[in-house]
Amino acid sequence: MKTFKILTLLALVVVVSAFAANAVIKKERKGYDVGDEAGDFYLRNVDNAMISLMDFEEAKGFVVVFTCNTCPFSIANEDRLIAIDTKYKKLGYPVIAINPNDPHVKPGDSFKAMQQRANKKGFTFPYLLDDGQEVFPKYGATKTPHVYLLQKENDKNIVKYIGAIDNSSRDPKAVTEKYLENALDEILSGKEVSVKETKAIGCAIKL
Amino acid sequence: MKQMLAVLLIILTSCQERQKDYKETFIEGSNIKALDYDALEYYIQNHPSETLVINFWATWCTPCIKELPAFEKLGETYKDEDVTVLLVSLDFPDQLDELKAFVKKKDLQSEVLYLDDGDANAWIPKVNDSWSGAIPATLITGSKRKKFYERSFSYDELEEELNTLIN
Repeated sequence: MKTFKILTLLALVVVVSAFAANAVIKKERKGYDVGDEAGDFYLRNVDNAMISLMDFEEAKGFVVVFTCNTCPFSIANEDRLIAIDTKYKKLGYPVIAINPNDPHVKPGDSFKAMQQRANKKGFTFPYLLDDGQEVFPKYGATKTPHVYLLQKENDKNIVKYIGAIDNSSRDPKAVTEKYLENALDEILSGKEVSVKETKAIGCAIKL
Repeated sequence: MKQMLAVLLIILTSCQERQKDYKETFIEGSNIKALDYDALEYYIQNHPSETLVINFWATWCTPCIKELPAFEKLGETYKDEDVTVLLVSLDFPDQLDELKAFVKKKDLQSEVLYLDDGDANAWIPKVNDSWSGAIPATLITGSKRKKFYERSFSYDELEEELNTLIN
């Protein structure tokens, strides 16, 4: 009987500590993991139209990228985003860019400045302002640029890849691994994404 | 005996490689060391100071610039306690003139290093597993343990964190 009690107690300790460990991990990481369903949003585009993911009925998925006007890492990746959108939009995966910065803190990221930048660079994709800054925390974005690749599965947008566009953010000439394009190509050929997560360097989101 | 010799040989050759890998170069016309990540790691590990406060920043990073005075003050206040502040710049290769001008204009007293390594996905987790990759970010390494922060600091907050590692 005594052994039984001790065993029960031990089992309890194991279960409780497992829960505790789980709770700690959960607390550390906010936002989506690969495999999670990404939520939709309703945000203003630089052309003043309100945009949601559900508007894109034909899309098979999305390249959601949190980016901005002012961060040099974002600026260094603008041309790459245009190229990726041009290549993959017609294959069903358009780029959706979202500026998560508070324009009151970073005036260079105001809606007007976004319109000017999109015009000047000739963005081929929507460039939305996360007005009220409620979308980026749901995704768990921490910096610009920060990519989330989504694939539609039974009308749900499932996160397939999180991280960097490639392995040389500051210099496109030194790129040797195109993480985002590799993931897109794998999805398009019906394969599982092999590199699901990378670390992207970037500017902290301005709150 | 043979095994011991083999182990010794491996240790010796790996040490040699280590030293060979670490080249010290300076940004032209300045005393700012330019290092790739392996060299930075070597530099940190072999630094004579017991405690290092390593701040990752860039001249264009507004929250980084805002907190720089706190790091400068910390370095000055704690220099007699074997604390060294290292300011590791992530400016781009074409922004080095701005970096040099900034260091001069602000008369930065802390040691400024230039991390010249584009493959961020490879080195971010080596700095710390929990780093998502946003700057500003700070690593404090003490004699016994180290702590990493992906956030901005005021002077008081920074001093408080330093004291949890040196006291």
